[in-house]
Amino acid sequence: MELDTGATAWMLMSASLVLLMTPALAFFYGGMSRAKSVLNMMMMSFSAIAVVVVVYVLWGWSMSYGGGDIAGIFANPFDQFGLQGTIYGEDGEFLIDGYGVPVIVGVAFQVTFAIITVALISGAIADRVKFSTWLVFVALWVTLAYFPMAHMVWGGGLLSGDGPFASIAAPIDFAGGTVVHINAGVAALVLALVVGKRKGFGSEVMRPHNLPFVMLGAALLWFGWFGFNAGSAFTADGVAGLAWVNTTVATGAAMLGWLLVERLRDGHATSLGAASGVVAGLVAITPAAGSVSPVGSIALGAIAGGLAALAVSLKYRFGYDDSLDVVGVHLVGGLTGTVLIGFLATDSGLLYGGGFNQLTVQVIIALVAMVFSALVTYVIALGLKVGMGWRISEADEINGIDSAEHRETAYEAIGASR
Amino acid sequence: MKLITAIIQPHRLDDVKEALEGTGVTGMTISEASGFGRQKGHTEVYRGAEYRVDTVPKLRLDIVVDDPLADGVVNTIAAAAHSGRIGDGKIWVTTVDTLVRVRTAERGVEAI
Repeated sequence: MELDTGATAWMLMSASLVLLMTPALAFFYGGMSRAKSVLNMMMMSFSAIAVVVVVYVLWGWSMSYGGGDIAGIFANPFDQFGLQGTIYGEDGEFLIDGYGVPVIVGVAFQVTFAIITVALISGAIADRVKFSTWLVFVALWVTLAYFPMAHMVWGGGLLSGDGPFASIAAPIDFAGGTVVHINAGVAALVLALVVGKRKGFGSEVMRPHNLPFVMLGAALLWFGWFGFNAGSAFTADGVAGLAWVNTTVATGAAMLGWLLVERLRDGHATSLGAASGVVAGLVAITPAAGSVSPVGSIALGAIAGGLAALAVSLKYRFGYDDSLDVVGVHLVGGLTGTVLIGFLATDSGLLYGGGFNQLTVQVIIALVAMVFSALVTYVIALGLKVGMGWRISEADEINGIDSAEHRETAYEAIGASR
Repeated sequence: MKLITAIIQPHRLDDVKEALEGTGVTGMTISEASGFGRQKGHTEVYRGAEYRVDTVPKLRLDIVVDDPLADGVVNTIAAAAHSGRIGDGKIWVTTVDTLVRVRTAERGVEAI
């Protein structure tokens, strides 16, 4: 295939945009945390970048997209270990993919997805876990949960168009409803349960310490998401344009949906609600961005925003401390988008006369993703609980994890201990 | 000498400063403060979770004046800071024994 410089330029841009999402997430989560734990919260995102880029070039790409498929679950990690045979062909020229984009550019794009996915989980365990245990978790989780899921859905595995369920209909996950959001959302729930609640959860005031940070983070996430979704067209074409428009429309509708729920339930439309609605909409449109219409995106976004706004209260009812609502936003948003494709996909959805096949397949891939992620995350979380321990001491938690784990405080004395 | 301490709504600061011009007040110390009175704070809702916020932000003004000026200054602040709604604040007056201007070592009324 000839090199397509336009497509290559767009994919390099997209990779850069998606990389920006993880520091953006640091602000989104950091603003929501308490003043005494904002640095640790931001470090969990930043450190995910550091760990995952190293792991990814060693065996991440190979496990996701290399050769030697193993049971449809992952590819042989040693096949292209260290990106051997990934960058250059036998003639010494850069290998080019089916879109005219060098494969190494694809590596750049894909590594950024692995980074943001594991970073998303950190919101569920804010304020209370050892930094060292987190670093090890990041490496283990991307290896055992993310790379296999990427292979299953996008690498020709079990949940892809080449898998066993494709006989019903080809599963649709455009940019990561299952691989990224259901995967991270389920992992967040499992981790919140294994790690346990923060001291004072449900009784103490744990309100966000800096809402402008949250808004800044949401804005940068939205911007970065254009790389995530429009970039998932893998070239600069009409599909990318459709994904761009759908992404923005669904996100706007989701913000309105969330704010409406808040206004009716709590009396006021809040800035935190707007920022949260933005993320819920971005999450929900992610799997659907290439297969629904802009009008369908309005419905998809509004439903996802409203549902997520309702779902974030579940943690109080069921007593799990998903501190920053990774389950309520990412699991619920990811499930909503993945399943609604079955109704709204313009080629195969129920509402477009496509029957129940697409819907059935979408439910199946969502369920398989949930079960797989739950099992793998549970094993990793328990292993680390026994091997390293998750929690900092109660005294350290009360004084603030920033001071305990990093010997730093974000702010001067006033407010630093709140 | 009297120390006049006023707790006011933050957005009333400019009104109070303007009103104090010409009353003989030559300086003041302004601090950000937070606290509660009879209304005991308020509630805020974050992602559906309601939190009781016990303290609300205020400004604290500290002004030292000579005895004869105190009543007038108190009345001026009270009038300028008044809105009639809950949370307008409080003013209290205490007697000052000693006052020193650090730069010149002047003492008492001279140091105001």
